[in-house]
Amino acid sequence: MDERPVSLTLKILAGVMFAFLLAPLIVVLPISFSGDAFMAFPPTSWSVKWYPAIFANSKMTAAFWTSLVLATVVTTISLAIALPAAYALVRLKPAGAEVLSSLFTAPLLLPTIVLGLAILIVFARLGLLATFPGLVLAHLVVTLPYALRVLTTALATLPIAVEEAASTLGASPFTVFRRITLPMMKSGLIGTTALCFLVSFDEVVLSIFMTGPRISTLPVAMYHHVEQQADPLVAALSVLLVVLSLVVVLVVDRTSGLAKTFVK
Amino acid sequence: MSAATAIAPALPPRRSRLGLIVALLAPIALINAIGFLAPVLNLARMSFYEVEPTGAMREVYTLATWAKLVTDSFYAELIVNSVSVSLGITLLTLVCSYPIALYLHRSSGTWKTILLVLVISPLLTSAVVRTYGWIAILSDSGLVNNALGALGLPPQRMMFNLTGVTIGLTEILMPYMILALLAGFGRLDPRIEEAASTLGAPPFTIFRRIILPLTVPGIALGCLLCFVLAVSSFITPKLLGGGRVFLLATEIYDQAIVTLNWPLAATLSILVLVIFGGALVLYTRALRAIL
Repeated sequence: MDERPVSLTLKILAGVMFAFLLAPLIVVLPISFSGDAFMAFPPTSWSVKWYPAIFANSKMTAAFWTSLVLATVVTTISLAIALPAAYALVRLKPAGAEVLSSLFTAPLLLPTIVLGLAILIVFARLGLLATFPGLVLAHLVVTLPYALRVLTTALATLPIAVEEAASTLGASPFTVFRRITLPMMKSGLIGTTALCFLVSFDEVVLSIFMTGPRISTLPVAMYHHVEQQADPLVAALSVLLVVLSLVVVLVVDRTSGLAKTFVK
Repeated sequence: MSAATAIAPALPPRRSRLGLIVALLAPIALINAIGFLAPVLNLARMSFYEVEPTGAMREVYTLATWAKLVTDSFYAELIVNSVSVSLGITLLTLVCSYPIALYLHRSSGTWKTILLVLVISPLLTSAVVRTYGWIAILSDSGLVNNALGALGLPPQRMMFNLTGVTIGLTEILMPYMILALLAGFGRLDPRIEEAASTLGAPPFTIFRRIILPLTVPGIALGCLLCFVLAVSSFITPKLLGGGRVFLLATEIYDQAIVTLNWPLAATLSILVLVIFGGALVLYTRALRAIL
């Protein structure tokens, strides 16, 4: 390897900055085992009472189920819509494919606060505010561009020779897609699933415009909770969420390689 | 050419091929139209609607909201404040992220994968969770103030002011900056650094004269990304600013949700997009001047 030895100065600087970067995630763990009624660091007493307290909090559990079902529905629809679109754009190469794919990924360029406001105004008129279908539609606006981008990249980098061989041997286009293309895209599909799920599950800006007293997602419920009182409940919940993200990251890393999915 | 003829028999004729393309693209186009194109166009129109003194909105076109923005010094201050705070945060993010990116670039194997996971995992954790972590560190009964107290020093107000917002947002934006920097570090050739070192350049000179200039494209990209994200983020400024830090994004939220002055919120949103356009122009100019 043609590497330069890392100097001590850089090691120390990088170490300090890493500590800064991870500090808010690390402090959450001890606080979740606090026995205090209010948040203090370090806690003055210890207890595990905040974990069962999450499940006793009806607002949080309702919001959790909404978020889980929402993320699952949004991920499924994203795959069902983006996969055919990616196939059409990459394999059938219609005129203006590039313009179309920039249009379809354009929502990512818009700041979510502007997008959230824009959607709020239109959805209010359509009666979609604070409804489950409204939330699904709003989340799809941001998950579809991610899904399309990862899937088009996955499709474009596949060796086309195998598909051509199958096609020459008489397989119909649909059979080629189902038996050859789809299995070869496995890592792209896993990456898309994980990405869509996490984007939807963690999405807070769009959701904050779309939720109300009747329906709320977990990040929005946590936001409103922290806004009113910062007690250790949110710390315990945060620990569970961090563990969830880590599990997803590890699964993606095991099955398809983290570097390939997130760093292009 | 041969590839095209090889699969030609399997492909449907031209007409049904077009039908297939339309069918496959229709769902994504529909959602794009309902959830993106129509709302954004409507937003632009909304900024010209009239708001009556009672707060009711009328679908009459007027330049009143835009005029208010120009004449009311509160908004001029808000814009200047937002842009300068975001610039400061971007610069701070760059300074904090650069050592990590350089270190990551120079490490390899499993160690590099572990570090990369550490950089990406905050990105996959909700901004609400990370902001909550900062409240635990910065609040009056938090880590910093308890440590100061233990040392016999007076407590510092680190939350509900600009200090808290700056610290929190800097940390939140670091993963984006690190990934952008890493993408631009490909041009860094260790042989050039070695040559300079052999010729007697001290480490800091090598950093200033070789490493820094070679990584400027990555720096520019990271700064553009973080500036754009800083201007438009509002979760962290809301929670760590506690309603005492006024930025464009928090004002848009307040006007949209609390005051329900949609034309004003829409106008401020368009303004955010104009600032983005300006940042993008500056970025392309800067890149052209450097390369």
